[in-house]
Amino acid sequence: MSRAYDPNRLASPICPLPVESDLITLSHGAGAGASARLFEQVLWPHLKNEALGARHDGAVLDAGGARIAFTTDTFVVRPIEFPGGDIGVLAVHGTLNDLAMCGARPIGLSCALILEEGFPLATLGRVVASIAGAARASGVEVVTGDTKVVERGKGDGIFVNTAGVGIVPPGRDLRPARVEPGGIVIVSGPIGCHGAAILSVREGLEFDSDIVSDTAALPDLVESLLDAAPGTRCLRDPTRGGLGAALHEIASAAGVEIEIEELSIPVTEPVRVVCELLGLDPLFLASEGRLVAFVPEAEAERACAALRSHPLGRDAVRVGRVLAGRAGVVVRTRIGARRFLPLPAGDPLPRIC
Amino acid sequence: MKYVDEYRDPEALRRAAGRVLDGATRPWTLMEVCGGQTHAILESGLDALIAERVTLLHGPGCPVCVTPLETLDRAVSLAGTPGVILCSFGDMLRVPGSRGDLFGARARGGDVRIVYSPLDAVRLAARTPEASVVFLAVGFETTIPSVAAAARWARKQGLTNFFLLASHVRVPPALAAILEAPGCRVDAFLAAGHVCTIMGTSEYEPIARRFRVPIVATGFEPLDILQGIALAVDQLERGEARVEIQYRRAVRPGGNPAARAIVEDVFAIGDRPWRGIGVIPDGGFVMRESWAGFDALRAFPDLLSEIPRESPACRAADVLRGVLRPPECPEFGRGCTPDRPLGAPMVSAEGACAAYFHYRIAGAAGEAGAESIA
Repeated sequence: MSRAYDPNRLASPICPLPVESDLITLSHGAGAGASARLFEQVLWPHLKNEALGARHDGAVLDAGGARIAFTTDTFVVRPIEFPGGDIGVLAVHGTLNDLAMCGARPIGLSCALILEEGFPLATLGRVVASIAGAARASGVEVVTGDTKVVERGKGDGIFVNTAGVGIVPPGRDLRPARVEPGGIVIVSGPIGCHGAAILSVREGLEFDSDIVSDTAALPDLVESLLDAAPGTRCLRDPTRGGLGAALHEIASAAGVEIEIEELSIPVTEPVRVVCELLGLDPLFLASEGRLVAFVPEAEAERACAALRSHPLGRDAVRVGRVLAGRAGVVVRTRIGARRFLPLPAGDPLPRIC
Repeated sequence: MKYVDEYRDPEALRRAAGRVLDGATRPWTLMEVCGGQTHAILESGLDALIAERVTLLHGPGCPVCVTPLETLDRAVSLAGTPGVILCSFGDMLRVPGSRGDLFGARARGGDVRIVYSPLDAVRLAARTPEASVVFLAVGFETTIPSVAAAARWARKQGLTNFFLLASHVRVPPALAAILEAPGCRVDAFLAAGHVCTIMGTSEYEPIARRFRVPIVATGFEPLDILQGIALAVDQLERGEARVEIQYRRAVRPGGNPAARAIVEDVFAIGDRPWRGIGVIPDGGFVMRESWAGFDALRAFPDLLSEIPRESPACRAADVLRGVLRPPECPEFGRGCTPDRPLGAPMVSAEGACAAYFHYRIAGAAGEAGAESIA
């Protein structure tokens, strides 16, 4: 089992300012530092078990000889329809991708809807059509589900939960703890397109851009990768919290230093422009159709080639390597200096100036 | 990306650093004033390229950091006032006052909204006449024109439900305060390019003359900063003390006259408290009497029962004046971290202490990182 993650190892027991700690804030849901603390301090102590402790995108369980991957995810995106997709597509892709990151071949999905009184049926119809379309395109079906309605004001239109089950072929083990010094870090394409697309249509911030969400189902890409590079140690899809948070999670779960090259991180020009304007770092914007792979040096070239030969991995590139240093993420800057990559406390916030 | 890539080119950066080293015959200590510059320096690691000859101190130029505790407490209190919508730039939401931050106020049911422009807050006020919309207006001279424009636009629309909780500060008096402080180590300043874009450079002339200190209005990209340092070092080596402009693509000596006129209409220069430093004479802006109807302090006079005090363990004043470098503070990384800050410079990503914490030690208290392997 992986070493327990202690994000507070530096913090002093003295709390000189009464920093808010007794209520949930939005930061707790942002997938960064506050989310990690919520897990460690509130969820883990009650729920701890070996599968959960693997800090993977899903649990891999023994089912009478077969190994199955099991995962769940809840989607609360706003607006529910955005450039390149909607909450339905996202809910299917998100869960399929979590299964894929476990190395699993998906066999079925569940879908639970929480609807707010007054939500338009026409919009619901579009969302459900998206769910069906995305599932069909990946060759899986929604085999069970649930619908609840809450009073007006008690929800935000629609929340979608999906869960998924998949079969993990024998010999596959992609838990974060398997990441070892000497490995190469590969990203399957430009990062942050989903986060930037959502920002571009968020209320109060609408701006004209051609950025569309990168949402996509990754199981097929993963099969191509694992065929070419069977020694792949770990996979992760950098969703909430972005590539930066994903690397932090893996570095801490595996107890390794991950060094990335500032200049090699793939970011499209429009996403870079948005980030420069708003003072955001693309490393912490979500992607919904990308993966980061940790592969042994000897298989790195084959892994890149396999990813690039697939439409979803055309722009795959090496971004860094795994070192034996102190657990954490280090950026080698454009001038060759090394600095730590800070993990933000919560959602990226546009700056004053 | 135009105006970005050419200012981050590794080769150009090495050449510019070489120029600094060639020009300096002895060690010099420079202070960059702006938090954006501090951030760029530590993010790129460019200080390592010139460390042999130039020590960089990080000045009080983070608007989040210098916003006084009492302003934050007033904002938190306003956010909890029924009928009030508090609007703020995003990065103020996580800054703790003495009774928590605005995220916490929101979790307790307060109506706190992130806006990207003060004009968005005016639009909200026009849309919701039943609520009082208060904009938390903080920042340096760079930010204040858009705030003044918001007040003017609200008046033009006849809105009576739009207010400013204003705490705007000015750079030049802070530079004078730093130079007057005992133990000041600063040989030259890199002034903040965007502040000078608005205000011009004439306010800095008397400071350069009186204290015999070069002041170079400098941009925010790594190459801008190295060029600004080179200009300052050249002056120091020649024994000069002038105001000079590196950030020529944005700064004119007279600034932006239209923006200055808008500010002048709504705000007057006045004394202001700076978090970590105290009251600086003429250190900020106060709303003019003719705009009293838009002043949240007058509309909501009873927000605080007492004025909060800073933690005595925090040496922010020394850090902001450049007398103490963040890692030299006994509490740095121990009693004071970004999660549990003792004082303002540890709070915002642009604060000097937080910048050091994030980029230099995160995960390794006391172990300075950022070795140069160039």
